[in-house]
Amino acid sequence: MYGKGLRALSISTVAVMAIALGLVFFYAPLEAEQGFLQKIFYVHVPLAIIALCGFVAGGIMAIQHLRTRDSRWDMRSYVAIHMSLIFAVATLITGSIWAKGSWGHWWVWSEPTLASFLIVFLLYGTYQPLRFSIEDPERQARYASVFAVTAGAFVPMNFIAVRLSTAYLHPRVLGSTSNLPPRMAVTFLVSLLGMALLYTTLCKYELTAKHTRAQLRALRRRAETRSGAEDASGAYARRPRSAAPSVAAPTIAAHTAGRPGV
Amino acid sequence: MGALLAELPALPLHEAGKYVAGAYIVVFALVLVYVAIMAVRLSRIERELGELLAQEHSAASMGHEASDPESTPA
Repeated sequence: MYGKGLRALSISTVAVMAIALGLVFFYAPLEAEQGFLQKIFYVHVPLAIIALCGFVAGGIMAIQHLRTRDSRWDMRSYVAIHMSLIFAVATLITGSIWAKGSWGHWWVWSEPTLASFLIVFLLYGTYQPLRFSIEDPERQARYASVFAVTAGAFVPMNFIAVRLSTAYLHPRVLGSTSNLPPRMAVTFLVSLLGMALLYTTLCKYELTAKHTRAQLRALRRRAETRSGAEDASGAYARRPRSAAPSVAAPTIAAHTAGRPGV
Repeated sequence: MGALLAELPALPLHEAGKYVAGAYIVVFALVLVYVAIMAVRLSRIERELGELLAQEHSAASMGHEASDPESTPA
């Protein structure tokens, strides 16, 4: 189900990423002030934008879960946030490297963009422990969705607050692409597209893996039921405690629904 | 290769180059680690699927023998 189009998506991701790298190093001109160091911009900024958009997307998917009670939306929200966290780690590391090269410090606490991004990252860092602390899958999904919606609303608010702040030490990017020379703007937009494709591809891989695993579990349960391997307490059916959402395997459920004796 | 490198814009690898290389390597390494984790998961799924298939196969052959005793050699 989730694996559909994965091959084409993977190929286009690799192609766009390769083009973006080519543009970064052989097409975009060197920036006047920072020179070669500014090349970090083409990886750091797209990573940050995609990570923040992913957090918001996770919130939107969580709204869908709360509206429909469909566990697939919870799974999508979980995967979007999980992937955004990985992108956020990469953003923080590349940002630190850029700060060290540019300002001479790995981290500048007085800079609002850095501090606010760290706050968002730490906020979402509690998402997984929150999920893991709740054993009941139904409650886990509901509470996680409420968290994702609240935190997802916090992300744009935080972004606006930082832009309204008076300190402008950190370079402004979003909304000022027109200020970039055309060759830099093209390179940036291709890098952004490449990063968006990478995010989508990795999310799709994760969803496909989780869905396949759920189907495999359902198959195993069926096989165990048939062979009478179930013990008296029905222990085989118990799901191990996990932060990851539990998803139904609709294909197998639908397949077995009409069969007598299954 | 030498000619290509000579044609490239001057890359100040001795100054900012290490930071730029560091940033890109970090992203590449993260993606690589993720792909490695996915590979481990995939191999686990493949192994479990193999076990299930073997289980199904043995159950099917046992069922076949039980339903058709004449077909088995004496």
